[in-house]
Amino acid sequence: MRKVFAMLFLAIIGFYLFNTFALIPFGKNKMNADVAASYLNSGVQKTGAVNIVTSIVVNYRGFDTLGEVTVLFLAATGMGALLFRKKPMQRSRQNASVIVKTGARILFPLIIILGVYVFVHGHLTPGGGFQGGAIIASGFLLMFMSYRTYKVNHKVLSLFETFAGTSFVLLGLFGLIWGTSFLANILPFGEANTLFSAGIIPLIYIAVGIKVGSELTAVLDTMLKTVK
Amino acid sequence: MIYYIGAFSLILIGIYAVLVKRNLIKIVIGLSLVDAGVHLLLIAIGYIKDKTAPIFSNPSLSAGDMVDPVPQALVLTAIVIGVAVTALALTIVIRLYDHHKTLNINKIRELKW
Amino acid sequence: MILTILEIILVVVLIGAALLAVWYRDLVAAVIASSVVSLMLSIIFYILQAPDVALTEAAIGVGLTTIIFMIAIRKTKRFEE
Repeated sequence: MRKVFAMLFLAIIGFYLFNTFALIPFGKNKMNADVAASYLNSGVQKTGAVNIVTSIVVNYRGFDTLGEVTVLFLAATGMGALLFRKKPMQRSRQNASVIVKTGARILFPLIIILGVYVFVHGHLTPGGGFQGGAIIASGFLLMFMSYRTYKVNHKVLSLFETFAGTSFVLLGLFGLIWGTSFLANILPFGEANTLFSAGIIPLIYIAVGIKVGSELTAVLDTMLKTVK
Repeated sequence: MIYYIGAFSLILIGIYAVLVKRNLIKIVIGLSLVDAGVHLLLIAIGYIKDKTAPIFSNPSLSAGDMVDPVPQALVLTAIVIGVAVTALALTIVIRLYDHHKTLNINKIRELKW
Repeated sequence: MILTILEIILVVVLIGAALLAVWYRDLVAAVIASSVVSLMLSIIFYILQAPDVALTEAAIGVGLTTIIFMIAIRKTKRFEE
C-alpha cells in the first residue's frame, strides 16, 4: 500500500521534473549578458583571482561564505551538545596492524601538506578552504583509525577555530573601514597567476581552511569518542 | 542529456527511500542521494559543450571559452552544508537509538507515549 | 565517441549504485554503495568541467560522509529489520 502511494507520488514528481527540464537544453550556452558573463568578463580585473569559482565564493558572495561557515560551526556545536557525555566511553585498546600504523605515520604529514597546499593555492588552482579543510580532517581520521589511543586536544582545536573565524570577520571589517563594503578587497592585487595575488582572497581561504579542518576534526573526534 | 536522466534517477530513488524505508539510517542515505542528484542537476545545467573550466590558468584563454561558474560556486556551498546536515541528522538518529533501542520508525511511533 | 561511452557507463554505474544503496539490507553495504555514488559523481563533475566541485565531492562525499555513516552504524544496529 505504502509502496503504491510512493510510486504514484514519484511518477507525478518525475513527470513534472521531466516536463520542466525538457525545456532546458543540455550543453547550450545559457549565459546572456547577465551575472555569470559579467563574472567571467571582469572577474580577474575586479578581484585578482584567476579561479573564477573562488572569486565568486570568497569575494562576490563572501558574506554567504561567512554564513556557510557559521552553519558548519552550528552543526558541530549541535553534535557536541547532543552527544555530550560526562565520562567518555573507554575505547578498546586494540591497535591496527603494524603495516597500517607505519603507513599512517608516513602518510599523515603528507596529507596535511596536501591540504595546506590546496587551500593556499585556492585562487590559482581548483580547490580552496573547504576542500583543504576536508583533506586535513581525513588525515586526522587516518590517525584516529590506526591508533586507537590517538587523541587531539580539544582546547587547541577550538583555539584554532576561534582564531580563524575571528580573522575572517576582522578581514571583512577592515574592508568596511578602509574600503567600500564588508569584505571589500583592500590589499593590492599583485600580478595575476602568482601565489601572492588577489588581495585578501588567499587570506580568507586560509582562515576558512583552518576553520573547516579543525571543525571537521572535532566532529569526527566527538563521534568516535562515543564508539566502543 | 544523459546527466539529466542520472540526476532525475538519483532524486527519485532518494525520495523513494525516504517514503518507503522504515530504517532511520536508510532514510538519511535517501536524503543524501536527493542532495547528490540536485548537485548533479545544477552542474549539468551550467555545462556548455566544448568549453573549459572557469580558471584563467593560461593567458590565451578568454571569457568566451568557459562554462557557467555560478552553479559551481552554488554547489560548492551546498556540498559542505550537506555534510553538516547529514552529520547532525545521524547524531539525532544515534540519540533516538539510545532512547528507544530501535531504528524502526514504526516502533518508535508506538513507543511515543 | 570514447567519452560518450564512458559517460554512459558512469551514469549507469551511478544509478545502479544508488539502487543498491536503497536495496541492501546490510547498512554497511548500503553506505559503501552510496560512497560509490559519490565517487562516480566526482568523476562526472570533472568531465562536466567543474574541478572545484569534483575535489569537494571527492574529499567530503567519498571520505567524510562515509566515515560519519560508519560511526553511526557502529553505534546503532548494522542490519535493517
